[in-house]
Amino acid sequence: MVSDAVKKRKTSASLHMIQKGIATGFPIMLGYLPIAVTYGVLAKQSGMTLTELTLMSVMVFAGASQFMGANMIAVGAGAVEIIIATFVLNFRHFVMSLAFMNRLRTVELKWKIPLTLGLTDETFAVSALHPEESKKEKGAYFYAALILTAYLSWIFGSFLGGVLGEVIPERLSQSMGIALYAMFIGLLVPSVKKELRVGLIAIVAMLINTLCIQLGMSTGWAIVLGTVLGGMSGIYLLKEERP
Amino acid sequence: MIFAIIIGMSLATMIPRVIPAFIVDKLQFREWVNRWLNAIPYAALGALIFPGVTTVKPDEPHIGLIGGIVAIILAYIGLNVILVVIGAIAAVFLLSI
Repeated sequence: MVSDAVKKRKTSASLHMIQKGIATGFPIMLGYLPIAVTYGVLAKQSGMTLTELTLMSVMVFAGASQFMGANMIAVGAGAVEIIIATFVLNFRHFVMSLAFMNRLRTVELKWKIPLTLGLTDETFAVSALHPEESKKEKGAYFYAALILTAYLSWIFGSFLGGVLGEVIPERLSQSMGIALYAMFIGLLVPSVKKELRVGLIAIVAMLINTLCIQLGMSTGWAIVLGTVLGGMSGIYLLKEERP
Repeated sequence: MIFAIIIGMSLATMIPRVIPAFIVDKLQFREWVNRWLNAIPYAALGALIFPGVTTVKPDEPHIGLIGGIVAIILAYIGLNVILVVIGAIAAVFLLSI
């Protein structure tokens, strides 16, 4: 009887976390679908088959590098070149993953591995703004549901783009290019309203990123440096924050 | 050939992502490193937003900027992220007509 009650409570805690994760991941889905469809269309035009372009979404799950990969395949770049460019562009996820895992220390390794594999700019940004879930019972379910929502919509969108091809008017798909930026802004602004110093950290990162690009660095390294060096300003700016 | 590229891209992306899962338990960070890592989400958002937002329409950087400003306003007045995204898409769409 007692163990039954405990089991029931645990199931409902998991269920609650899953629902909450899906709801929190919903804006990512909205941001991903148009971008993924655009990727699908582009990849198809660059000569990839529907299987190949969907498989890339399943196995890579990193928007910007997939666009780049499809482009480089289209212009006939070499495999090694494409793979190195992908590494450079996605290395920022190492930094994000380290920050994410540092918050999720209490979560078991068997959860940590799939959670880091599903880490993108968007899933990281949303997860990192919900650090309190990691301390709750069944908190890992929250992050897993959030990431899975994003992952499945990314795969589905890519597939759809590959199928639809040119049906979507260019002007509309181009307008949707703003979607992910708008989501990043929509995530950042409420944090800035709560704590102005957070905005300062973001501005420092923007300036460093811009400077790096002006100096002729690739987008990938510029974002890595902007994030790492910009984050350094937090060593001073977040001093009063309790651990 | 394309399959080999996909597998290579996958490894190049997944390995840097997963390494922190294995090493974080072995590391004990000093307080200032924790503050650094806690600032990473905000720094990352900043670096991802700008100057990338100006490339939404590569030849017309002001369109992306205006879309971004619309997003800031909508987020500032407290709208849900979903509405912020829809509003910004609408703004860019209207501008490019």
